Amino acid sequence: MTEQLEAGTVTQQVKENGALGAPGGEVGKARRRKEDARLVTGRTQWTDNIQLPGLLHVAFLRSPMAHARITRVDTSPARTRPGVVAVFSGQDFAGEQGSLPCAWPVTPDTVIPDHPPMAVSEVRYVGEAVACVIATDRYKAADALEAIEIDYEPLEPVLDMNEALAEGSPKVHETGNESFTWKFAGGDIEAAFREAPVVIDRTYVQQRLIPSAMEPRAVVAQTDGDSFTLHTSTQIPHVLRVMLALTTGIPEHKLRVIAPDVGGGFGSKLQVTAEEVLCLLITRRLGKPVKWTEARSEGNLTVHHGRDQIQHIRVAADADGRVRGVQVKLLADMGAYLMLVTPGVPILGAFMYNGIYKMDAYDFTCTGVFTTKMPTDAYRGAGRPEATFAIERVMDELAAEIGVDPMEIRRRNWIRHHEFPYTTICGLTYDSGNYEAATDRALALFGYDKLRAEQSDRREREDPVQLGIGISTYTEMCGLAPSRVLGSLSYAAGGWEHADVRVLPTGKVEVVTGTSPHGQGHETAWSQIVADSLGVPFEDVAVLHGDTASSHKGMDTYGSRSLAVGGIAVVHACDKVKEKARQVAAHLMEASPDDVEFSEGRFRVRGTGTSQTIQEIALATFAAHNLPDGFEPRLDASATFDPESFSFPHGTHLCAVEVDTETGATAIRSYVAVDDVGNVVNPLIVEGQVHGGIAQGIAQALFEEAVYDSDGNLLTTTMADYLLPSAADLPSFTTDRTETPATTNPLGVKGVGEAGTIASTPAVVNAIVDALRPHGVHDVRMPCTPERVWRTLRSVEGESA
Amino acid sequence: MIPASFDYFRPSTLDEALEVFAGAGEEAKVLAGGQSLLPLLRLRLAYPTAMVDVGRVAELRGVADRGDHVHIGATTTHDEVVRSPIVREHCPLVALATATVADPAVRHRGTFGGSLAHADPAGDLPAVALALDMVFVVRSSTGDRTIPAADFFLDYLESALQPGEILTGVRVPKLGPGWGFHYEKFHRTAQAWATVGVAAAVRQTNGTVEEVRVGLTNMGPTPVRAAGVEAAARGVEAGRNGSLRQAAEQAAEGTDPPADLHAQPDYRKHLARVLTHRALVSASAHRSPQT
Ligand SMILES: Cc1cc2nc3c(=O)[nH]c(=O)nc-3n(C[C@H](O)[C@H](O)[C@H](O)COP(=O)(O)OP(=O)(O)OC[C@H]3O[C@@H](n4cnc5c(N)ncnc54)[C@H](O)[C@@H]3O)c2cc1C
Repeated sequence: MTEQLEAGTVTQQVKENGALGAPGGEVGKARRRKEDARLVTGRTQWTDNIQLPGLLHVAFLRSPMAHARITRVDTSPARTRPGVVAVFSGQDFAGEQGSLPCAWPVTPDTVIPDHPPMAVSEVRYVGEAVACVIATDRYKAADALEAIEIDYEPLEPVLDMNEALAEGSPKVHETGNESFTWKFAGGDIEAAFREAPVVIDRTYVQQRLIPSAMEPRAVVAQTDGDSFTLHTSTQIPHVLRVMLALTTGIPEHKLRVIAPDVGGGFGSKLQVTAEEVLCLLITRRLGKPVKWTEARSEGNLTVHHGRDQIQHIRVAADADGRVRGVQVKLLADMGAYLMLVTPGVPILGAFMYNGIYKMDAYDFTCTGVFTTKMPTDAYRGAGRPEATFAIERVMDELAAEIGVDPMEIRRRNWIRHHEFPYTTICGLTYDSGNYEAATDRALALFGYDKLRAEQSDRREREDPVQLGIGISTYTEMCGLAPSRVLGSLSYAAGGWEHADVRVLPTGKVEVVTGTSPHGQGHETAWSQIVADSLGVPFEDVAVLHGDTASSHKGMDTYGSRSLAVGGIAVVHACDKVKEKARQVAAHLMEASPDDVEFSEGRFRVRGTGTSQTIQEIALATFAAHNLPDGFEPRLDASATFDPESFSFPHGTHLCAVEVDTETGATAIRSYVAVDDVGNVVNPLIVEGQVHGGIAQGIAQALFEEAVYDSDGNLLTTTMADYLLPSAADLPSFTTDRTETPATTNPLGVKGVGEAGTIASTPAVVNAIVDALRPHGVHDVRMPCTPERVWRTLRSVEGESA
Repeated sequence: MIPASFDYFRPSTLDEALEVFAGAGEEAKVLAGGQSLLPLLRLRLAYPTAMVDVGRVAELRGVADRGDHVHIGATTTHDEVVRSPIVREHCPLVALATATVADPAVRHRGTFGGSLAHADPAGDLPAVALALDMVFVVRSSTGDRTIPAADFFLDYLESALQPGEILTGVRVPKLGPGWGFHYEKFHRTAQAWATVGVAAAVRQTNGTVEEVRVGLTNMGPTPVRAAGVEAAARGVEAGRNGSLRQAAEQAAEGTDPPADLHAQPDYRKHLARVLTHRALVSASAHRSPQT
């Protein structure tokens, strides 16, 4: 059986076989997640639960300065504190700590500054680790930090991207404040703008966000003197193992990385962190196991941040609103250093500023800028929410400019369903989609016309509470990623995924997946896929993940890739198992393999009553008494799947917001999301991803912002200052789906991990601006806090007065 | 984060608590629900050397009807206050404001007395205490004294409690018939502290406002009584279209609101005016029955 199957037809075949996606099958069922009982009752292993004999605890001393030279360090006063076993500063690790890796130098001349896990001579953001205490318990470790003496010679902080690029700016690194400038273009942009009847020119600010996973980061490192084991709350045990081996010099085969159950990541645990490297170095030095668990306020300072871009977007259009071209100039805040994929994040968005629209030309430039802040990196959607925000916001501006309904402007520009597959101006081929269908469904659920009528009524009455309607017709590229494409974008690794399917003697099945779930429910979804494919009960499938000793090969979980890439590897491995089992079945039933058909877990000789279950074949293979000549006695199989293309979920999100013009307060009145994520393996899981994603996108629109003061201190270190909405602050979402199967993989799936986040932010801000447009408002900066809305209104009133 | 170490005492009677507290040194603190004190400790913004946990002192807990006033024991939790039929009947403003405090988890641990003793101008109850002229009952090893609300809140997180004094309870005067109440809280998320809050009590006869009491949350280093509003509202017509709006215009007078991530002072002043109007209108609409 070949690895690369003809897409589309395969789904069809599988369906006819009565396996995947068949009525009554597991795929498509709203199964409750099999992992949830242990997760919600706490009968599981989180990294911080791990207890080991002789376990020591690490606490880090962190820089209170945004930018300074370290002139003196004296750790000795801390050494004599109760319970203290060792105290180290950056100098102690200087010879062995290497530099935290950046795997994505987006241009050949990208400046990648040295990034010591523990600062040695200079600190470049508040929170950077400068020393650590290792003690017999975490309280003693924390107490002893106060005794460490460090003198700093302050240097100028660099906080604003525009100022950072200006001549004479203080420098974050010797080499200057620019890391790279990356360009991309399609079509003739000058021609598009030349004599364009309509040009819209806007600047949007993507504020800095702090990923807030429920489980804080935690690390436990241990060694037996020869090899090392690292438990860590990570999304990427496999990538981490390679990177840690390269960084620390511990040979890859002597390093085992385990991601036990992990309580959320949203990209923040797609990282090789200073703490992971340092815990390994400490355990190597002391020969004792060590643990570190971050405090929430420590996490706000030092978990990599997300977003933080200034987007300058220009659109050229014809008088009827047809888009001729889009030009984007982006400044992306890297923070003080480049971490694992820091520079790649804005580049992932580069191919998405055209959204779902047809156009003649596109031009994109992104400059990565260093500042003395926590580095940024992947955060749910990574580059694509930013791009979607800009294009969806600016389409509303275009509609306002030419005086048509914002839905109409989209209809005039989007790719129509009969035009798929469609190769965009960015060169991506959108394999399938139906924007009309999703939109029509959303409009009906939303009651669009009725809300528009209420809106004009409130306008007429000059109601202090105005109503706004926000639209977001998004697509995203996910299923990261075809290895060749990643290579062409200078990413250091591939994008394949691996699966092993092991058939046990009793016919139970173990699936070893290279994906690394941290809340997504892969154990359930993979079980559904395997149950249909091999015809075994859902309950008979166990999914193993996250331990490089049992799962030796994988590219882990991010970028909505697990199902669209990892799930396909599972399908392929199952196909190989079935093929082997067919050989055994044919042999046992004394038939030609060609005459043996398989359905619902049973091999039948065509035209006879003879059959054998897959469990019987498993046992016979285990016994190995009577197998075909030369048959290797196992049904187990592996598959590594490298996608040929990305997948492109899409959808239409509609949001109605009430804006209190007296106080600036906003309240979401209703929210409708119709997503098309292709075929659905488990609707309940999809629903969960969509709900959480929408909440996270709304949070960017209304609540969240990492704020640094003028000295470079992070002000939002607690949850009283960094506001996360809870269920009480969100409306009940109305969700639905259209299902246009992806044609690039045999399951027809597209991925759903980021869709809600990508779609929702512009829907909310569009609604707020829509409510206030008659007042002369064209934009409100995110997060659209009551005070910002109020000040925006006051400033436009001031202008008109 | 992790607090610095401290001594911990958990007395079971008030006398024992007073004795322990007196002997525990200048830097000792009473610990009630811990919902304000423990965060300060964990952020290492407070370093008490000893904590006297009064959570097990039965005398400090519970609500009682004492004729002309309701007595609320200091360690009565927010949740108990909200559910108390006595509070709901005789001091509904206390129930209304307390129901807006934080979230259910915090309301099950945080206490009425702790909220007031903490003297946080952003807390919802201090403004209510001012508006209702509550009386604080305090005991130390040298005896009892009472402190009127107007004298209790001295500065940001600073009350009139002296070292060694324990707040045992609070007397909430019953206002009698004809009053309506409202607590208008403006905050960014359901669990967040008030950006600005307005506690309003309005007594009216036949659509005319007779008497008004307004306390403001988070409009200065202490809770504020909006005296200008109270004077201006007397005698005006009740309801949305009456002159309450003009009266509410006085709300920011003499206030000194803080600047923080959620609001700058000018915005807070604006909010105080808008919210005071809304609070007065709502309070006059929710009149308790004449008895
Ligand atoms: C997430 C969160 C959100 C919150 N949101 C709000 C909100 O929206 N509105 C609001 O009003 N509050 C809010 N709070 C605070 C909450 O109301 C607390 O319950 C209250 O501030 C303190 O009460 P406590 O019993 O927990 O006191 P503690 O924290 O135990 O003590 C607070 C202070 O009062 C002193 N003290 C306590 N009891 C006595 C006593 N009997 N005699 C003398 N001194 C005493 C203590 O020594 C300490 O200085 C919030 C708290 C949290 C954790």
